[in-house]
Amino acid sequence: MNLCTDQLAMLVAGAGQLVSVSHVARDPLSSAMAKEAAAYPVNHGLAEEIYLMQPDLVITGSFTARATVDMLTRLGIEVVMFEPAATMAQITDRIEQMGAVLGQQKRAAALITEFDTQLAAFQAEQGARPRAALYYANGYTLGDKTLAGQILTTAGLANIAAEYGFSGGGVIPLEVLAMAQPDTVITGRPYPGASRSEEIVRHPVIDTLRRAHPDASISNSDWVCGTPFVLRAIDDMVALRREIQKATP
Amino acid sequence: MTRLAFGLSGLVAVLFIAALVVGPAEIGVVHSIQALVLDGEGPVPLVMREIRLPRAVLALMIGGSLGLAGAAMQGYLRNPLADPGLIGVSGSAALGAVLAIHTGLAASVALGLPLAALAGALIGVGLVMVLAGPSGSSLTLILAGIAISALTGAFTALVLNLSPNPYAANEIVFWMMGSLADRSMVHVWIALPLIAVGAVLLATLSRGLDALTLGEDAAEAMGIGLRQMRLTLIFGTAAVVGGSTAVAGAIGFVGLVVPHLLRPFVGARPGRLLWASALGGAAMLLAADVAVRMILPARDLKLGVVTALVGAPLFLHLIYRIRREGI
Repeated sequence: MNLCTDQLAMLVAGAGQLVSVSHVARDPLSSAMAKEAAAYPVNHGLAEEIYLMQPDLVITGSFTARATVDMLTRLGIEVVMFEPAATMAQITDRIEQMGAVLGQQKRAAALITEFDTQLAAFQAEQGARPRAALYYANGYTLGDKTLAGQILTTAGLANIAAEYGFSGGGVIPLEVLAMAQPDTVITGRPYPGASRSEEIVRHPVIDTLRRAHPDASISNSDWVCGTPFVLRAIDDMVALRREIQKATP
Repeated sequence: MTRLAFGLSGLVAVLFIAALVVGPAEIGVVHSIQALVLDGEGPVPLVMREIRLPRAVLALMIGGSLGLAGAAMQGYLRNPLADPGLIGVSGSAALGAVLAIHTGLAASVALGLPLAALAGALIGVGLVMVLAGPSGSSLTLILAGIAISALTGAFTALVLNLSPNPYAANEIVFWMMGSLADRSMVHVWIALPLIAVGAVLLATLSRGLDALTLGEDAAEAMGIGLRQMRLTLIFGTAAVVGGSTAVAGAIGFVGLVVPHLLRPFVGARPGRLLWASALGGAAMLLAADVAVRMILPARDLKLGVVTALVGAPLFLHLIYRIRREGI
């Protein structure tokens, strides 16, 4: 019923174990497993459609539709809620939890070992930390206590949000960003259809900041969920960091 | 009269400079002006030229156009409640702009955005004039305005809710309240042509509006073509409001408050009120834009919130005056 738990479940579940995933899991912009999700019937997180599927267990995120969860519990369906992961260690916890819930401990353990090995490879490499800014629609940025912030740090980039005292999310005015002169600006990739909120990432100031240095526009799908796919995001950011380090001797 | 002109121009100049030096990035006053005027590299000239200058210029242009449009409509309809925001012209311009953005017209056609806003404003102002009649009473004017505002507001919300973009629905507030946050020089060039043409059209009404105070027959006897005046007013208002709304959303009350405040100073000459209201509107919007940055610097408080806070009490004052005169 939740984008992130859907992906974990698809990774861990055995054949025939998973009845349905949420409709967002099929959206290639948000989901890293849109292709895999196409194999499952979708639900829209509505209590009645889920009840009619008569599942033994519903897995959801702790921020997803509380009212729906309460109703399913009242109807006698077991619901397990997963806290969203905000650090690398929490990602392995979630995989382990998913393994336990679905009775697939072995598959979960294999995933965790693979994840940890790759993660260690990234952490081995250190050096000067270029200053990066995450900049989303409406001037929103994310700090170190968020998954996106952790991805930056793990990839060896210093997050500019920390300089302004953000640990969670917050808004950095465009002026302040320009004054901070980050080494790179990382922006979210726009959704289909225009919006004024996303215009900010095409503002001339951002263009000027980007001209001076290598930049990146990130796909949300690898960044939003605490799944092994964050390794792909980290890999992209490591490549970006090397490019910056090459450009600025 | 010259005292008023000097006073208002001085006020606009002071507020324009204030709008340039106030902002979330703390830059010294002297340093920021230096960076704006002199050539230079680095972050400060970037902030001044690409963020603050366009914002201040837009506040000046849009405030001026709204004040001018308000004064012209009030003069022509001889009704103190005629304001582009109140009678739905801004709302219909916003609908035009939203349609242009979300159908892709704004991205594919040069000047598609302001032209669509112009079309919306033209329909809005045309409808109001038809519904209210040439010298309509306050009641019919306000009823027509409310109907058009509500209808265009609902359509704007509908279009934004239907958009596949998750941010679009949140922008309903922007289109209804207006904001100048994070605008760039691109937006200045989008709005400028329409605002310039509209302002020139409205300025030509000056003599006609003065003559109209003597009554329609007297004005016609003086060689004023009422039909032509009406067309000029419709196109002029639609152009300035369309250009403004396309880049800043629907900002209300400026065209209502400013002419009302300045009317006593110009000796009941609607022609003179035109330029005075343009200056006054620019001053009011610059002040409002400085205020939104001082009150909640990090939160993008909408401009319409501030102008409504100033404008709404004016209604109370009008009611008070009508009652006193009635008894």
